[in-house]
Formats: sequence, structure tokens, C-alpha cells
Amino acid sequence: MEIEAKQHPMDKYLRADRIPHIWCPGCGLGTTLNCFLHALEELQIEPEKLAVVSGIGCTGRIAGYVNVDSYHTTHGRAIPFATGLKLAKPDMKVVVFSGDGDLFAIGGNHFIHAARRNFDMTVLCVNNYNYGMTGGQLAPTTPLEARTTTSPYGNLEHPFNLCHVAAASGAVYVARWTSLHVRRLKESMKEALNKKGFSFIEIIAPCPTAYGRRNRTPTGLDMMKYYQEHSVIKHGIDPAEADIEIGGDIIVGKFVDIEKPTFNEEVYELIKKARK
Amino acid sequence: MKKRKKEIKFYSGNLAVAEGAIAAGCRFFAGYPITPSTEIAEHMSLRLPQVGGIFVQMEDELASMAAILGASWGGLKAMTATSGPGFSLMQENIGLGAMTETPCVVIDVQRAGPSTGMPTLVGQGDVMQSRWGSHGDYETIALSPSSPQECFDLTVRAFNLAEEYRVPVVVLMDESTGHMYEKVLVPHPEDIEIVERKKPKMSPKKYLPFKADDFVPPMACAGEGYNVHVTGLTHDEKGYPQTTDPMVQESLVKRLCDKIRKNEEKIRDVEEYLMDDARMAVVSFGISARSSKAAVRHAREKGYKVGLIHLKTIWPFPEEYFEEMASMIEKFLVVEINYGQLKYEVERNVGKNKVSHLPKFGGEVHKPHEIYEKIREVYDGN
Repeated sequence: MEIEAKQHPMDKYLRADRIPHIWCPGCGLGTTLNCFLHALEELQIEPEKLAVVSGIGCTGRIAGYVNVDSYHTTHGRAIPFATGLKLAKPDMKVVVFSGDGDLFAIGGNHFIHAARRNFDMTVLCVNNYNYGMTGGQLAPTTPLEARTTTSPYGNLEHPFNLCHVAAASGAVYVARWTSLHVRRLKESMKEALNKKGFSFIEIIAPCPTAYGRRNRTPTGLDMMKYYQEHSVIKHGIDPAEADIEIGGDIIVGKFVDIEKPTFNEEVYELIKKARK
Repeated sequence: MKKRKKEIKFYSGNLAVAEGAIAAGCRFFAGYPITPSTEIAEHMSLRLPQVGGIFVQMEDELASMAAILGASWGGLKAMTATSGPGFSLMQENIGLGAMTETPCVVIDVQRAGPSTGMPTLVGQGDVMQSRWGSHGDYETIALSPSSPQECFDLTVRAFNLAEEYRVPVVVLMDESTGHMYEKVLVPHPEDIEIVERKKPKMSPKKYLPFKADDFVPPMACAGEGYNVHVTGLTHDEKGYPQTTDPMVQESLVKRLCDKIRKNEEKIRDVEEYLMDDARMAVVSFGISARSSKAAVRHAREKGYKVGLIHLKTIWPFPEEYFEEMASMIEKFLVVEINYGQLKYEVERNVGKNKVSHLPKFGGEVHKPHEIYEKIREVYDGN
């Protein structure tokens, strides 16, 4: 008797031969990736028409699990790598999937300049408030007073409000969700993927192993409960008003959705003119 | 085959590099302004759109190097240009390029260093950095032109070598060569030999993106249906990370190095001048080879049996060539604008006691009479 192998509904987009993944129990990355794959399926994006580029870190490993042309680059450099790739392949959708440390500490300069250019790409940032892969160090997103392995007395630094940085730098689409908001997140990802120009979604996700257990939310469930109790949806508000504070509300929603010519359109227009 | 007449141009080295790149099929440039290389970016911003290519000025050299890797995986021939401080920043992604076997060309118009050094003045202090400036074991190729004509020709060759061996190729220029204007003979486009990267012929299911039969695997780029995973982590033939298996590390790194080392003779470009009956050889490259040539010519007129070994390939270093030379040549004099870099490679291959050195610390080119005096001193054994 032959037994038909069961396929995961998302197998089309997954490198099944690389599963199980490396992420810890309670981590928000699996959920986030699942939302992304559903967004791809609902938009009927063919794997050949998509490239995923990551930097280094836990989120950076996403590139290794998606069955598309996928590039796991150097720390912080996913955006400039994706810049070259997208300019060479204008018909492909290019998504940068990386973490808060990768995109906003070591890669911060690239982020603000890609947003300023209104470069046609989607940047999905999983913000877990710390450097998970290296064991939970202070990140540019760690809330004030939070404890990490390099801020054992509590964080002295003011964190970035990522959505505010994105909007101020020129992003045309800016949204924030937590990994609890799976349907809203998926819908937002669909909007971002269809948006022309620089679209950005911040996904607040639990890192119980490295961050949560040092900050009174030792399990993934504790952190999800916190999101449930403290998330407040406020579409369209000025992201400057959406700072994240320890013990405070997490303001989520779509903050920016505007139209602007993209760098990419301008470049191809210039080539047309120059070739005449 | 009858070749068509060459076009006569009056180019600086920097312009010749840009034109050579376009002639070689370069259609993507990402860069950041830095003296003394900026004219290359300026010229590319003007010329690339005319041939359907893309120019983008990035926010720094880290980004520039990353962008050309991305463009190369998008199927374009891609280049950046910089000088020492920017070259230092690019090392990170030169390493990624070496690890992921990404064809690309990096122009380094050397100025005097270290650090910010003398931005507008010549140096040749990046010899060693162009070999192992990034961390870990890898091999790249570095070519060094000494005239605008060579800037054109060697840039074309740099692209061809990058495509053939799937490796970042450095064109190790210097400020003097970059800013010097001379006649350049530009061949008809159809007379320029162009090499393209090898593409997979098998179906995506059978394709192993990092499996090589002859050191260099065929390359499937983005959007070609192969869904390749590319990572800077140690990876197996499938391209998947294998970060705890020393056997995978060994076979990968060995191949990355051997694909260059074992092809050294094919990559080698050494020009000999008056070497036939020479007892002594001056060894030089780039602008220093020009001064050396004048000095050697003068020494010959004075009866010294001296010749010039002009290296146009710096890396991989032509070790076997120098081993052979060591049996025929009694004395070697290395002339370079640094305090001793290429010298060590020559010493290693011909024996330390045979090698003398004439350094310059940057900021100026050797005067031919200085080299001539040193030739006399070494030759006469004073």
C-alpha cells in the first residue's frame, strides 16, 4: 500500500528539506513567516517572481527557509544588496526580511537612505527588542530600563521608534503589528507587497529565551498575553506618537500610506531619455 | 580573423577604466565619491544610462559593495570604484563576494595611507589588502595597470576573469595612473573578447548551485527559476548552511582557494623588458613600473645587464615564474610606493638574500634616476 506523503499547505514557498528551523520555542518568527507565506499565496505571487534578502541574526535566517531566490548577506547589508538586485531585476518583487539590530543598528544608514530614495522594496523588520542570536544583548530598540545581557542594571539608552524613523526618512507605507495580530499582519504584508516604493512593516515579536525571561515575561505565552492586553490599534496616527515604553501600550496600525515617485521609476525613465 | 581599425582616444586612466568597463559589458555601477577615483563614478553616471545601464550613488562603500553583489546575482556585470579608505570598508562584502562566488570588479585607485593619508597623492600600499583584506581564507585576483591603455585593457580582462572564475577581481590602480592622460587605442567592440559566466544546463531539480566539476560552478541568477539560496555561511553544494561540519568547510574553502591558485599560470600577466641576457631584474607594477622602465633603459645604455619584470597580475602571485627566474637572475630589486609589500612575495619565491628594495612612502612617484642609482648600487654590490 502506498501512502501519499502529506504536504504542508505552504510547501510551495518553503524549503521543506531545511525544516526543522533553528528558532526557539515561543519565538515569534515562525508565526511571522507563516503570515508572510499566506500573504504570498493570497496574492498568488509565483516563487520565481520573488527574492528574499536577509542580513544576520535570528530573523536573517528566514532567507534560508523560503523556497525562492534567497540571499543571506552580511550583517546590516541586506538593504544595499537588495538595492542592486532589484535594479538588475525590476520585474521581481524584492523583500528584505531582517531584525531590528541588523536593520537599525549596523544597517541603520542603509535603511534611512533606501527610504529617502523611495526605493521600490518591502522591508519587514521583526523587532524582538534585543539581539537574540548572540544571547540577548542591548539593541537600538530595547526599551528604556529593560534588562539585557549588556545592560544588566537596566537600559540607559532611548530606543528608536522604528515607524517614526521610517516615516521621517521617507517611507511611503509604514505599519506596525505584533505577531499576535496574524490576520492584520498578513493583510498589511499584502498591502506592502503591492505598494510601489519603500514599504515598511515593524513586527513586534516575542523573544522569551533571550529577552522575555530577563524582563518578567519568561514565556512566549506571557509575551503574547502582554500584546493582547496592551496593543492599541490607531490607524493613521503620527508615528512620532507611537513610542514603545516598558510596561506601556503598544500602538499598532497603519501609520503611513502615501504616493510618491519611486527611485526605480526615475532611473528607468532616465535611461529611456539618455538612449534617445 | 582580420581586425578592424582601433579608435584613437585621449583618456585619463580613470576614464579608460570606465570605458573599458562599459566595453566589457558592465551595466551596473554603485559607488561613493572618493579622491582619487571619483572621475570613474562621474563618467559612469554619464555613460551607463546611454547604454541602458544603471548608476547608483550609494550612502557609503559598505553599501556600494553590497549593491554590486546584488546586481551581479541579478545577472548584470557590476563594478564599483574607490580608494584606500573606501577599499577598507568594502572588505566585508569582498569576503561575501568570495564566499558566495559572485563575479564583480572593484577598482582601487590607490592613494598614500594609512587612514585618510594623502588623498590627492599617489600610493601603492594596498597590495596586501587586495589579497586578504577580508577575514578568512580566500583568493581573489588583482590586476595592476601602469597606463591609461592598460587601464582600458585590464578592466576588460578583470570582468572576463570575474565571470570565468566567479570571484571579485580588484584592479589595483594608483593616483598617478588614474589621473595621467595618454593615447588609448580602443578596439572595435566586436574585436573585444568577452567572457560570460557559465549557466546551468540541468533542470532546477538536478541543479546543485555550489557543485563544481572544474572548480567553478555554473551560476543561476535571480528570477531564472532555480530558487537558489545564497549565504555567507559555510554551505554545502546545495547552498545550504552547514556551520558545524568541518568537512564541508574544508571542501568549500579549498575549492574557493584552489580555483584561483591552480589557475595561476592562466591568469598570469607578466611583461618582461630587456630580460633576455639580464643578470639583474627590477620588479615593479603600476606607475612604479613606468619609472623603472626608464631607469632600466638608462642602465642598459650604461652597460648594465638589467631588465624589468613588470607585473600586471599581482594576485595570484606568479610564484612558479619567480622560482624559475631565481635560477637565472642573480639579483632582484623591487620598486614600489610603500615600505615593503610586494617585496615579501618576491623574497619568498627567489630567496631573501637575492632581493633589494627601493621603497617610497607615498606622495610621489620614484624618479628614474633614483632607481638607476639603486640599480648601480645593487648591481655593483656596493
